[in-house]
Amino acid sequence: MSTIPDDLSYTKEHEWVAGLEDGLTVTVGITAYAAEQLGDVVYVEVHPEVGSTVAAGDAVGEVESTKSVSDIFAPVGGEIVEINAAVVDNPSLVSSDPYGEGWLFRVRVEEEPEDLLSAAEYTALTSGES
Amino acid sequence: MSRSTPLRGVHESLGATLTDFAGWQMPLRYGSESAEHNAVRTAAGLFDLSHMGEIFVVGAQAGEALDRALVGHLSVLAPGRARYTMIVNETGGILDDLIVYRLDEDQYMVVANASNYALVARELADRVRGYDARVTDRSDEYALVAVQGPRSAEILAALTDADLDDLKYYAIVPGVVAGTPALIARTGYTGEDGFELFVLNEHAVPLWNALAEAGRDAGLVPAGLSARDTLRLEAGMPLYGNELSAAITPFDAGLGRVVRFDKPGDFVGKAALERAAENGTRRRLVGLVARGRRVPRHGYSVTREGAVVGEVTSGAPSQSLGRPIAMAYVDEGALEKGGLAVDIRGSQEPVDVVDLPFYRRSK
Repeated sequence: MSTIPDDLSYTKEHEWVAGLEDGLTVTVGITAYAAEQLGDVVYVEVHPEVGSTVAAGDAVGEVESTKSVSDIFAPVGGEIVEINAAVVDNPSLVSSDPYGEGWLFRVRVEEEPEDLLSAAEYTALTSGES
Repeated sequence: MSRSTPLRGVHESLGATLTDFAGWQMPLRYGSESAEHNAVRTAAGLFDLSHMGEIFVVGAQAGEALDRALVGHLSVLAPGRARYTMIVNETGGILDDLIVYRLDEDQYMVVANASNYALVARELADRVRGYDARVTDRSDEYALVAVQGPRSAEILAALTDADLDDLKYYAIVPGVVAGTPALIARTGYTGEDGFELFVLNEHAVPLWNALAEAGRDAGLVPAGLSARDTLRLEAGMPLYGNELSAAITPFDAGLGRVVRFDKPGDFVGKAALERAAENGTRRRLVGLVARGRRVPRHGYSVTREGAVVGEVTSGAPSQSLGRPIAMAYVDEGALEKGGLAVDIRGSQEPVDVVDLPFYRRSK
């Protein structure tokens, strides 16, 4: 069973959002549950350049595994301020450390996020799926 | 309703991710599919293939009946040997690709894909009418466990008194493995040396456990369908439903060598296949290696200067090449000109055409 840290927010698309309480810049990644479903991740791309602005719900990238490819969505609107170059170089970090070194990008929040889930709500969502 | 093999409980206790494949709950992977793939290339992997079909054709004219029913020349196959062949319809379209084992003078075993074996059994029963041959679909009675990889012979040798040194590639012998009666075949779908063990359902779990135990020190690991798919793709082996279908003839697939026009008598599809051989093909099955890191996948278009010139049938990241690979049907004209790409979700990613297979084991 995958871990679901208490101190993060989540989306229905199996992403996590960290740092929301500070209200400035958040870090985004995919959950351990999603990483397990994907299998070995072989390719990660975040499409927008650093400095560009995205809206919540925009498809901003893709995570590719041996068997499938999945879109990455922006869970919040704002400016992309950093993309994790380490995970682009070494996509397996998504599988080995999804909540740590496997983070994907950082956004300076300009648009209040909607519909984010608490850890308890996300746990309920994934236990329903598995 | 999904079906389960006798080994489902074993897969669950190993923590496998299960997936539906042709109506069967099968292990997709147990842990990392890349690690499973690499284990088969360097040591050995253990596979549950019990979803495959085993159809027995028995009788004094079983060989002649199969000559009529299939594209190959099975009556001249020596007892104890196997052949890769196909069953086609009247228009030459492939209904399934098969391995046929001649177990005895008057006994053959036809191994068909999970998605097709019910159809194959019906077609065979229909086509052998008038011959002294009886078709029995025994798929529900048989489990199939495969050990594949360079160390598979030493692992299996420790559990059987069958002489594996004498068992050539594409040969089969009855024997006892870990106390279990088995048909031991030196065949596989990975591009490595390896064995496929046909046993009655009730023997599948003890056989699996004995092999897992015997192979542990040699690096044997359980391997799922995900690794099986990347292994066969690297080995350039077609998969029914991807490279092969009823809309494709063996010649389209570059497998015209399996069609034996030189055998005596007529066979189902012969006239259509003679025309196909005569006319040649507009598209050809080729190997593609991507220059970038994005993966061409089943159904993606092959393009040249923006125009669609083909279609990807299978694609995956290749552990052995370190790049994404694919098989695709591509127009002959475009192949001559070169400069091909694959449309990966709207972006034209350059690919190089290579000879199949992508990977060949060192002897």
